[in-house]
Amino acid sequence: METDELIINMGPVHPSTHGVLRFKLRMDGEIIKECTPVLGYLHRGTEKLGEMKTYLQFIPYTDRLDYISAMPNNYAFVKAVEELAGIEVPLRAEYIRVITMELNRVVNHLVSIGSLLMDLGAATMIMWGFRERENALQLYEMLCGARMTFNYIKPGGVREDIPEGFIPKLNEFIKDMEKRIEDYEQLINTNEIFMMRMKNIGVISAEDAINYGMTGPTLRGSGVNYDLRKVEPYSIYRDIDFKVCVRRECDSYARYMVRIDEMKECLYILRQVVDTMPEAKIVSNPKYGIAPMTGAPSAVMPYFPRIFTPPAGEVYSRIEAPKGELGFYVVSDGTTKPYRVKIRSPSFCNLTAIPGMVVGLKIPDLIAAFGTIDVVLGDVDR
Amino acid sequence: MDPVTIDTTKIKSIKRKPVTALEKLEDTGLISTVLAAREREGLILLSTIDQVFNWARLSSLWPVTSGLACCAIEMMGVAMAHHDIARFGMEIFRASPRQADLMFVAGTVTKRMAPRVKQLYEMMPDPKWVIAVGSCASTGGPYHESYSVLKGVDLIIPVDVYIPGCPPRPEAWLYAIIQLREKIKNEGYGAKWGLNK
Repeated sequence: METDELIINMGPVHPSTHGVLRFKLRMDGEIIKECTPVLGYLHRGTEKLGEMKTYLQFIPYTDRLDYISAMPNNYAFVKAVEELAGIEVPLRAEYIRVITMELNRVVNHLVSIGSLLMDLGAATMIMWGFRERENALQLYEMLCGARMTFNYIKPGGVREDIPEGFIPKLNEFIKDMEKRIEDYEQLINTNEIFMMRMKNIGVISAEDAINYGMTGPTLRGSGVNYDLRKVEPYSIYRDIDFKVCVRRECDSYARYMVRIDEMKECLYILRQVVDTMPEAKIVSNPKYGIAPMTGAPSAVMPYFPRIFTPPAGEVYSRIEAPKGELGFYVVSDGTTKPYRVKIRSPSFCNLTAIPGMVVGLKIPDLIAAFGTIDVVLGDVDR
Repeated sequence: MDPVTIDTTKIKSIKRKPVTALEKLEDTGLISTVLAAREREGLILLSTIDQVFNWARLSSLWPVTSGLACCAIEMMGVAMAHHDIARFGMEIFRASPRQADLMFVAGTVTKRMAPRVKQLYEMMPDPKWVIAVGSCASTGGPYHESYSVLKGVDLIIPVDVYIPGCPPRPEAWLYAIIQLREKIKNEGYGAKWGLNK
């Protein structure tokens, strides 16, 4: 019988594309012959805005790149500015930064796994994931008053010291999460339907993954032991004991398992950081300190740089965000505004691997594979 | 239940000036005295079509699942167990605009996305309502200076309620939903089609 190929549009409004991504699928019956992601539906011109805003004004825009995990975005840009201007950061501020970033990694993986399971048709996990996420967001509210878009990490330190009662609540959260992760694993890991949907779906070899420029849990799911926290330690990660979670199966199930393992590692890191946190209450470089949002300006923040001009030069600074390598390339011409801001976002580079992964599979498998890539469209289109 | 019989000979017509809507209707002769008496006894319920329709509409708003940007994550947060908009009869997010009557414009509307948002709105059956969530959907927000962002979704579709915030807290969403319900409660029959002008 003669058959014809069919072009199917998936998106830009589709519950499983995590935002406004569009797939153009060339189908032969139910089999995907070709998959083309069409981008740009959330292109907000962030990089151009970086040239129009001052260094401090641009920090809130980094929150809105990868809006599920905003703290590492803050930190990546601030780290670039600090390297550009040669700012030293107090040790306590680095500890607070690592706490917020690792907490955000947990939140990110919770949302990621929850929405993956929901796309597959199991609604329980997203309810559970958002229940725990709400606890983490309450911690962030204590810290900086915001739930999702923080604007908390500033050049020279953090905006405010951690408030009273934060550490006990964080310890409670860690203790709670350890139990919850066991629950998740019991619920999902050996579920037969889940395994059938995930095993040997969206396979990408280590070589291909490296060639596509994939990073983060998606790369580690393909058996590559690569984590910027180990390869190029920044902040206080040099002194922290943790292991890089790697799986060798190269499929969607491996990428899911890497995320579960990483959450456990995050809690392990959080425990260490809380235990070894320095007592001195200096959270901001006095020269570049930012006035606190609430309360009277303290003795550690006497100076508020209304005009902040780093010397001319360029810097590329990268960190291990929850989704992979997040890099900021900042060029300064010695004025108050950057000459150029280029963002190397993990979601965009990871998304490029999708067309190669799904050829020969069916549309539901595309959704399963896409869910494990963990893409946020604000990060892709910028 | 036994059928209730009313002795019509014992019913007296109202002498005083009619006050309530029921008494006014009775006074003009639009409804019979028997019917009015039954209503007073709680046996039947008389209402206007407006009230019944509006009550039905505001009690089961079905939003369309269309997240655009950051606010969409907060939309998931509102729908999940902690804040739980199921309390307002609207836990069913419909993936198809054909089955929805409420649209959250949750996030930045870029110029590329704007025609799709408009098409989505036009695909929804009447009557329909729109909530513009966050400063991006209301005015362009932090991206007001950007070359690729629409300065407010009200440039392309009519908006009923605006929520400020970037992104708005779930409490703000719930307040907006309550405001929308108040608005629907006071709508006239066919107001959405312009019949009451």
